[in-house]
Amino acid sequence: MIDSLINFFNTPWGVAARSLIYLGGICGFVAANAAYLVWVERKGAGRFQRRPGPTESGPWGLLQPPADGIKLLAKQIMAPPNGDKILFWAAPLMVMAPPLLCLLAIPFGDNILARNINVGLLMVFSFGSINVMALMLGGWASRNKYSIISSARIVSQNVAYEIPMLLVVITMIMVTGTMNLQEITLQQGGGFWNWNILRGIWDFKAGHIGGNLLAPVTFLIFYICMLAETNRAPFDMAEAESELVAGAFTEYGGMGFGVFFMAEYGNIVVGCALATLLFLGGWQSPIGTIPGSWGWIGTFIGVGFFLAKMYSLIFTVVWIRWTFPRTQFYGLLNLSWKILIPVSLFTLLLSSILLKLPRLF
Amino acid sequence: MNIPPLTPVGDPANETFTINLGPQHPATHGVLRVKLEMDGEFIKNAQPVPGYIHRMHEKMGENRTWAQFLPNTSRIDYLSAMTYTHAFVGAVEKAAKLEVPIRAEYIRVITSELNRISSHLVGWGAWIMDLGGFTPILYAFDDREKILDMLEEVTGSRLTYCYYRFGGVCDDVDEKFIRSAQEFVPYMRKRLEMYKKLVTGNIIFRKRVEGIGPISAEMCRKYGACGPVLRGSGVKYDVRRAEPYSIYNQFDFEIPVYNECDSMARYLVRMDEIEQSCRIIEQACAKIPEGPIQGKVPRVLKLPVGDTCFATECGRGRFLVRVTSDGGENPYRVRLRTPCFTNLTLFEEASEGMMLADALSLMASLDLVIPDIDR
Repeated sequence: MIDSLINFFNTPWGVAARSLIYLGGICGFVAANAAYLVWVERKGAGRFQRRPGPTESGPWGLLQPPADGIKLLAKQIMAPPNGDKILFWAAPLMVMAPPLLCLLAIPFGDNILARNINVGLLMVFSFGSINVMALMLGGWASRNKYSIISSARIVSQNVAYEIPMLLVVITMIMVTGTMNLQEITLQQGGGFWNWNILRGIWDFKAGHIGGNLLAPVTFLIFYICMLAETNRAPFDMAEAESELVAGAFTEYGGMGFGVFFMAEYGNIVVGCALATLLFLGGWQSPIGTIPGSWGWIGTFIGVGFFLAKMYSLIFTVVWIRWTFPRTQFYGLLNLSWKILIPVSLFTLLLSSILLKLPRLF
Repeated sequence: MNIPPLTPVGDPANETFTINLGPQHPATHGVLRVKLEMDGEFIKNAQPVPGYIHRMHEKMGENRTWAQFLPNTSRIDYLSAMTYTHAFVGAVEKAAKLEVPIRAEYIRVITSELNRISSHLVGWGAWIMDLGGFTPILYAFDDREKILDMLEEVTGSRLTYCYYRFGGVCDDVDEKFIRSAQEFVPYMRKRLEMYKKLVTGNIIFRKRVEGIGPISAEMCRKYGACGPVLRGSGVKYDVRRAEPYSIYNQFDFEIPVYNECDSMARYLVRMDEIEQSCRIIEQACAKIPEGPIQGKVPRVLKLPVGDTCFATECGRGRFLVRVTSDGGENPYRVRLRTPCFTNLTLFEEASEGMMLADALSLMASLDLVIPDIDR
């Protein structure tokens, strides 16, 4: 039955139906993740702090996210009287758009992909940056001094961290030779030694030195930048609740705040998915290749691998948040300008030399 | 709509704006207001505005008998209630020349030191929380819970103890309490090791406290700062050694002093003090004698005319009680000199030119308890 369903999806009508399914699927995926990562975070935080976390609503507190959602929806929505009302309400709308759009280009399995875009990586980054502007506008339109300080921080933080992140991504594009995320994943098949995080050092398939000797460092830089871009601890300058009350979100209440909260998790999902695709082989199996003859079962195993890798990265994000204190603001900028940017520039240079020089080994 | 500008437009290069840190702010841990004049993220001037939780404890003292005022003292700094009641009890005993049985003094030392550890634990956890690390405070509260359980068993309360009485303590401790205090010491030492691994060595934490908020010994002297703040500035002053009270001169313990004058020094002083308190508890539990716990006190206590001062070293520094008696049943005047008030006053000078986040790190290092500032 499933095979005939797959055949139907290859007909013209099927392609149209597929678009609708993907649209619903992506919206559902983002919403479910945003809601249930909050639960994971609270439950995880509870475990790290030697307490049970939410337990009251539903089994293991599983109904906590819907309960929170209902509570937030029931709140009166208010804009600060002297603020800019249009921008104030545009910000939560804008902040939710990037995670939805970015997932369009992210392959979950060998044919679970909304649109196979040739410049998928570029698209993800161009839409991903909208998020920053939304936070900035939200803070600015609130007309609250704490929010404005936070907005200023967000701008300088994101300028500082977009640079090393893009330098790392350029390195990866040079090494892989494509911006198509599905192709990047396909290149990494065959086992974990073929994933970009190790393939950069030694290319086992071709049997010579890889194009990116510092690939694990590159991954680390990408991950740190991802934390900073999504405003997660220890780089949560935008919120910094012990300094700036709630930063850019101080004036938001009810679902306005809820949307920012959910978008944060949406962005983490996109960031971790991208890290998985670029460095950890996407949906590829860690040992061997999933045989093509397995059909849709193989596809689902691939999706399982992808989600497992992505969620372990997300878990690390939660883990970091509940372990480390927040950095200073200038410490954050120093880290980027003095360490991450020089190192990522060096990797870029190294990769260009390695790729351009004739192979010596 | 006519929107007024955020700040009066003047010279753009020197334009500043004012923000109110408090009275309701997550970092002040109470109703303290600090008026900050900011130049971007830099503080040009920070003006603390205390008084939001003023409860007139000193005035209340004039309208109550000596014994009736005693519970008030434990509400001033609710985190180190034992040492606060000790100061008032000590002042009255000194004025009335009351004898305190030796067993009662031992019990006072053990409970005071346990209370000091629990106070430092809260200060430690809240500090890391101000820096954005949420986990340590729950670890600290977990350990503090053990102390609270112990003290609850002998005193009947968990936070605002009123256990000391003029001439002794109100209830005797049993073998079980002594045993649990003895068991607590090695447990706390093991936890301190874990704290060091979790927080003291953490690179982000170190960057946020090392060299941040320098307070020189000179500045401490100028504002009357005391406690761990003073000892973090290299001055070896601890009331337990400088003006020995109770039986503290019978115990062997160090006074931790650091010369770095920064937040890290104040942090290390507190961590070392937990260890020293453990040492005192260990010695006191080993040597505690049998005997009465309450000396002879007249039914109607009337103090001789005159002034008496008595200071104790509480979790946050030197707490001094000055009682003035006119020979009546009520005090003529009760003066409370609290450590947090003097420690707060130096914030204005110390925070000048700092960034907002660093200033909050400095404020957390002062370990302020707001009701203690306002009394």
